[in-house]
Amino acid sequence: MSILQWAYSPWGQHVPIHIAWALIYVCAVGGLLFLIVHAIYVRYFAGAEEFEGSPVPAVAARVPDRVPRHSLAARMFHWIMAAAMLTLLVTAFLPKVGVPFAWVTWHWIAGAVLTVSIIYHIIHASFWLDFWSIWPDKADMEDAQRRLNRFLGKRSPAPRRFAKYPLENKMYHGVIVLTGLAAILTGVFMMFRVRTGILPRNPYLFGDMTWGLMYVLHGLAGVGLIALVMVHIYFAMRPEKFVITKSMVFGSMPKDYYLQHHDPERWAVAQGESSTGASAAD
Amino acid sequence: MAVIRDIMPAFDLLQPSSTAEAQKLLEQNGSDAWVMAGGLDSFDWLKDRIKKPRVLVDLSGVEELKGVRPASDGGVEIGAMTTLTEVVKHPFIRQHFALLSQGAELAASPQIRNQGTIGGNVSQDARCHYYRAGWPCYRAGGNICYADTPTGRNREHAILHADRCVAVNPSDSAPALIALDAKFVIQSPKGQRVVDAEDYYIGPDIDITHLNILKPGDLLTAIRIPATFAGAQFYFEKIRDRNVWDFALLNVACAMTVSGGNIDKMRIAVNGAAARPLRLQAVEQYAQGKPRNAATGVEAGKLAVQGAVPLQFNAYKIPLMRNLVKRAIAGVEVTT
Repeated sequence: MSILQWAYSPWGQHVPIHIAWALIYVCAVGGLLFLIVHAIYVRYFAGAEEFEGSPVPAVAARVPDRVPRHSLAARMFHWIMAAAMLTLLVTAFLPKVGVPFAWVTWHWIAGAVLTVSIIYHIIHASFWLDFWSIWPDKADMEDAQRRLNRFLGKRSPAPRRFAKYPLENKMYHGVIVLTGLAAILTGVFMMFRVRTGILPRNPYLFGDMTWGLMYVLHGLAGVGLIALVMVHIYFAMRPEKFVITKSMVFGSMPKDYYLQHHDPERWAVAQGESSTGASAAD
Repeated sequence: MAVIRDIMPAFDLLQPSSTAEAQKLLEQNGSDAWVMAGGLDSFDWLKDRIKKPRVLVDLSGVEELKGVRPASDGGVEIGAMTTLTEVVKHPFIRQHFALLSQGAELAASPQIRNQGTIGGNVSQDARCHYYRAGWPCYRAGGNICYADTPTGRNREHAILHADRCVAVNPSDSAPALIALDAKFVIQSPKGQRVVDAEDYYIGPDIDITHLNILKPGDLLTAIRIPATFAGAQFYFEKIRDRNVWDFALLNVACAMTVSGGNIDKMRIAVNGAAARPLRLQAVEQYAQGKPRNAATGVEAGKLAVQGAVPLQFNAYKIPLMRNLVKRAIAGVEVTT
């Protein structure tokens, strides 16, 4: 099975035009298999979480009962982005799996909302938040090595508590950045092919090969996002992660959870900080 | 670019002799099967080697799909494989549903009407030259409309309801059937379903690669026309480049009952304006209860073209459609 659909342009050029739509099912099944395997692993094989040391009592005493995690602006961005992303996936793929409806207008409007929200997020995170808090650092790598050693039965100290985001979150964010930006950038150019009233229609903006590759990249990013969104929703609903999910609704998490999983030295929370305000790193 | 080679690609030719057998073959072969009625659309595709089905199901031997059967309630059922000539000449249709015979008579040429079927005519594919040439346009599963480009030739294309693809439906009998409130009988692996004529068609916003709702395994078996407009006042007009033999640039079909000079009940449809034959419901609502005269026709014509978006070379279709609707409602003798 080819992963791309090809065609001959009017000039005889062999060009890609789309991904093979069977990849929708491949990604959906792949995402589902990941969830099943992970759920079985956590249920039957995973050991209890262990961290190195314990919080310094003096530091712990300064932590408020509710630890602010996501500012209102960050939460609004997240849910607007989520709504746009789900709309994009539904409008893109339901027609391809046999649920026909007029999807194009909904799709590009959701895409425009996602694009604006992402631009906002990049600016907000770059200038008002701790930009680097979501990117893996040296401590993350060392702790990952420790976890791997312990998983393989080797002697190794326990990993340290997390900063604001565990390494898995950071890695997921990195993958979403790549796939999301690929879908957005190609999607913005694809808006030149339909009448949107926003961008002037110009089907000759690129050659057939470039357009074809753009559609392919958009499609690959799209089906990739099916699996990524499935995984994201799965983790958001897992009991042990639910505190984090709730913090994306209410903005804060309990002190106990914070002290148990996070390192106050890597994610400092000042005493008296409002539970609804912005944290140092959002 | 497609080149006619006159040698069709190899396929398995299956010639069922009953609807049940045809249905079974279609079910067995799914999307690999190509359904052929009169062959006038099919042979273009096959000889151009643009469509290469693995299996061709030729319905010409299915006698039960042929014939005109007047119903006891005053309506009529027409087998999908009935030729256009039979539809044109059948006395019952001429007497009660002359709108259909008028529309069918204006389709193509006498030779083609002798071979072409009513089922094939209502189900034929778009005639956009870029699509028929085998170019990878939206309708062919690609990602561009060659007709809707700055240099595209789009004189025959859509002015309404275009969505990426701007091809139009070419059928002459379809608007007549919509105006007569006909029902299409579709046999599918799940059983039989009956849909309104206007719901048989699908626009590019919903499905850009099909003009109708038929899925692999589906078979249009008959068309039923209810007695609703039997013997009513009809108007059919087709505008084409060559009057001897051509596809419609636009056509209009209107059925109405008039009492005391006022329009009592009316259905009107046009084709050649969009990817699906359009029933003009706003026009129908406006005209109901109004006198059948030029003033009503003028206003109805304006309503008909609301929302029309011309391409580079088909702006003429807007006044054309406005005038066709006006003439259909007012009656040609009133407006000329």
